[in-house]
Amino acid sequence: MSTVKIPPVLRQAVGGERTVEAPGSTMGEVLTNLCQAHPAVGAQILTPDGELHKYVNIYVNDEDARLLQWTDTPVGEGDTVMILPAMAGGA
Amino acid sequence: MSPSYQDLLAQAREAIPEVEPSDIAPRVESGDGPLIIDVRETAEWDQGHLPGAIHVPRGFLESRIGGVTSGTDQELLISCASGQRSLLAAKTLADMGFSNVTNLAGGFARWKQNNYPVEVPRILSPAQRSRYSRHVLIPEVGEEGQLKLLDSKVLLIGAGGLGSPTAYYLAAAGVGTLGLVDDDVVDESNLQRQIIHTTDRVGMNKGESAKQAIAALNPEVQVNVHPFRVNRDNVLDLLDQYDVVVDGADNFPTRYLMADASLMTRTPLVHSSILRFEGHASTFMPYDGPCYRCLFPEPPPPDLAPSCGEAGVLGVLCGVMGNIQATEAIKVLLGMGDTLSGRLMIYDALGMTFTELKVRRDPDCPSCGPNADLQLRDYEAWCAGVGSHDHAGATA
Ligand SMILES: [Zn+2]
Repeated sequence: MSTVKIPPVLRQAVGGERTVEAPGSTMGEVLTNLCQAHPAVGAQILTPDGELHKYVNIYVNDEDARLLQWTDTPVGEGDTVMILPAMAGGA
Repeated sequence: MSPSYQDLLAQAREAIPEVEPSDIAPRVESGDGPLIIDVRETAEWDQGHLPGAIHVPRGFLESRIGGVTSGTDQELLISCASGQRSLLAAKTLADMGFSNVTNLAGGFARWKQNNYPVEVPRILSPAQRSRYSRHVLIPEVGEEGQLKLLDSKVLLIGAGGLGSPTAYYLAAAGVGTLGLVDDDVVDESNLQRQIIHTTDRVGMNKGESAKQAIAALNPEVQVNVHPFRVNRDNVLDLLDQYDVVVDGADNFPTRYLMADASLMTRTPLVHSSILRFEGHASTFMPYDGPCYRCLFPEPPPPDLAPSCGEAGVLGVLCGVMGNIQATEAIKVLLGMGDTLSGRLMIYDALGMTFTELKVRRDPDCPSCGPNADLQLRDYEAWCAGVGSHDHAGATA
């Protein structure tokens, strides 16, 4: 199980939780499983083809997954996967 | 018998060559003269000195000379008020092994009588020394740093949630000029967090309202109110007038506009964004570190990026994040410490955690990459466009 950190805009889609546990041996599997359990998250971060939108940054253990192996980045027990969309608010 | 003062001067005169102001002035003016060491007291130095001179009071000569010279063979010209203290100082340096030391005959007085150029150091006024005394006490800031802040110009995009604390603290810190870009007026619902505004200024332009608060806090700060929205027609002119820009905007078109414009004008961009209990902060140093688009190549669609007006924000969060921005701006202006360049800091007020993510320059960045074709675009249309299309990344 990995711990997925949920950004404020997606917390409603997971029942208000800030973190959610999800199984999977890669970052991609973890997110696929998360989106199956919480389809409202999938509707926001995945394209209809099941790919991650470009506007979603993913960090594995605080490292940018684009610089790791992206969705193939291996994860396991105790690892964290952070979903990070940009925020615009300032006022 | 012990030597008298006159004996000491005579001995020094035998050991140290003297130069007349007229001999050395051409070299000093052309900038290829010797290193000038002025050994007078601070109060005398503050009245003016030779151009380019370094101030080492006589009492600190032996202890400080090593730190300001490159070696004992460096050419040195020692000066004081009339040429006597400097003669003895020059003799001391010769005794310490300095082999190329001369004395300015007649000192600063004769130099000035002959109308050679004089530099008068800028110093804090007594009132400024008192107001900023807690800054002056910090070695990393000091009087020099405070003077630098007083000369600095910071542009704030937005005088709202983030802009309120940022502007307030930068004004208190003595940043000499603050530009406030905001076309909005103060609303009662702003006052839960926008602490620079007041109940009796509801309805007033936010820049104007902030200007009043700043005038009451620190009247010496020049506040430029820009009561309009920043756009691609005005942004470059605006940024050209400032040293640092602090982004506290509340929408993506403005944020991507500022990201690109800060690159084009090479203006450091201090970034923060906030929502509910969470804040992001980073500092983008143009072409030196990653830019905003290296971090976030595209904005999310509107339903994934609600504004604080739509989704709410903890008022106090603005204070935390706005002051992180103010801190970063001061560090950039003074060139001290490590900024958030290359790092995104995420503050979670609910968990009371700070998480730091590394941000790297993207070699394919469409804004700052080597092949980028950077030009200002219609950011409203672009943000709406990328949000409505499926721009796929890799498979999930
Ligand atoms: Zn970039």
